[in-house]
Amino acid sequence: MPSVTTVPIIRVQSTDFDLQSEIDALTAGRKNIGAVVTFSGLCRDEQGALSALELEHYPGMAEAEMRRIGEIAIERFLLLGLTAIHRHGKILPGENIVLVIATASHRQAAFDGANFMMDFLKTSAPFWKKEHAADGTAGDWIAAKDADDAARDKWR
Amino acid sequence: MKTNLVYFAWVRERIGKPEEEIELPDSVVTVSDLLNHLKSLGEEYENALQFPDVIRVAINQEHVEHDESIVGAREIGIFPPMTGG
Repeated sequence: MPSVTTVPIIRVQSTDFDLQSEIDALTAGRKNIGAVVTFSGLCRDEQGALSALELEHYPGMAEAEMRRIGEIAIERFLLLGLTAIHRHGKILPGENIVLVIATASHRQAAFDGANFMMDFLKTSAPFWKKEHAADGTAGDWIAAKDADDAARDKWR
Repeated sequence: MKTNLVYFAWVRERIGKPEEEIELPDSVVTVSDLLNHLKSLGEEYENALQFPDVIRVAINQEHVEHDESIVGAREIGIFPPMTGG
């Protein structure tokens, strides 16, 4: 049984993260974890059109919202551990933007927990992406996608 | 009562400032009232909030619907739909 004290590890930071050390932090010394699912989201260059993404966030609320979603995911999927890290500031193509790690006894819960966390993070956590165009022109704010709302709503 | 308003992304850019403290008239009770009131403050607000249906609002850093009361709010965040992840 998962411990009632399982709490999500939530961080919002400008610096990069290391996947292996974040996995190790969730699994070290534990013998009840049967599945670890990690998702990391990276910055694309959109076929060379993009030189960077600028990630803006609402300090305080971003962490609080990620924590709220993480607590729901832990309870719903009986996760043994959950980490969510989101970067802010200027991020170059090829660099990491976001990391979610879910651990559970079995794979389905870990897959579902990570998927659920990402679907709600994208639509509820206060982050916004602005594009920097490769040709130096001022980029646009990325528009929210209906597909992201649909992905979230499938969990109802 | 004075209320602290914080703006993000293109709402912030169009209004031209990240935050401000404003005095709201007593007639402003709901989030909807607030957005309509702000639209009357000038062209930059009108430009930022011309489609209020897409605007998201948080009271004291928690998401709220537009029919929610803003009475007693310390901080109200106003921003576009989120695009993180």
